[in-house]
Amino acid sequence: MLKNSMSVEFMAISDNERFARSVAAAFVIGLDPTMEEISEIKTAVSEAVTNAIIHGYNDTGRGRIVMEGTIYEDSVEFRISDEGVGISDIRRAREPLYTGKPEDERSGMGFTIMETFMDSVEVESEKNKGTSIIMTKTVKQVGK
Amino acid sequence: MELTVIGKYRALVIRPDDELDQHSAENIRTEADRLLKKTGLCNVVFDMRNVRFMDSSGIGVIMGRYRTVCTMGGVVAICGMNSLIDRVVQMSGLRDIVIITDRLQNALEEVLSVCLKTV
Repeated sequence: MLKNSMSVEFMAISDNERFARSVAAAFVIGLDPTMEEISEIKTAVSEAVTNAIIHGYNDTGRGRIVMEGTIYEDSVEFRISDEGVGISDIRRAREPLYTGKPEDERSGMGFTIMETFMDSVEVESEKNKGTSIIMTKTVKQVGK
Repeated sequence: MELTVIGKYRALVIRPDDELDQHSAENIRTEADRLLKKTGLCNVVFDMRNVRFMDSSGIGVIMGRYRTVCTMGGVVAICGMNSLIDRVVQMSGLRDIVIITDRLQNALEEVLSVCLKTV
């Protein structure tokens, strides 16, 4: 059962990574997550937004990112979308330590971190149309 | 961010602020490399005592400094990580190539002992 939803849109600049993960953390508070779960969600959201900025829009600062959040009974879903270049080989992009930008000192750990900290991570991407990362996580709800 | 040169240990200590992401990583990268070049120090210690949040951009910065000091015979250490940072570091495989300690003093001493061995 859907309990809450929200959406924010912001410029694709690295300043907004902090903004996005703070919004995500504030949004899930209603689910009564543990500090650890909040940290995991913030990190996963930060990775997805960084991907959109660095890869989707090639760090140009042009373009916008939409983050949608949905809270269900005991879980949360985040969808982070850009209208950038898209990912040509999603499977390879998700491999640990693979990076499309080795010259930029990227660690290639983004997807691995998202997959470790969330329960599921889906990627929808179309060349020159954009990318959406959809992540879900069940929250233990310690307070209930 | 604070950068401290500790000559006795031939080390540059980098103490990032509360959140280490792509945004703050850029600044660390520029400032640390400028100082490494200027001083010729070969060891880097990341003192994470103030860092509450770190994502994979932090891993990128640490790996980048590792590559730099490796060519000079130096080492990289990380100290004072919280559990979240520790998990991210664990995932990246960095544990196999850098020194990890709780306290800064231990990191400095280990860095120096490795450095002396290789000389």
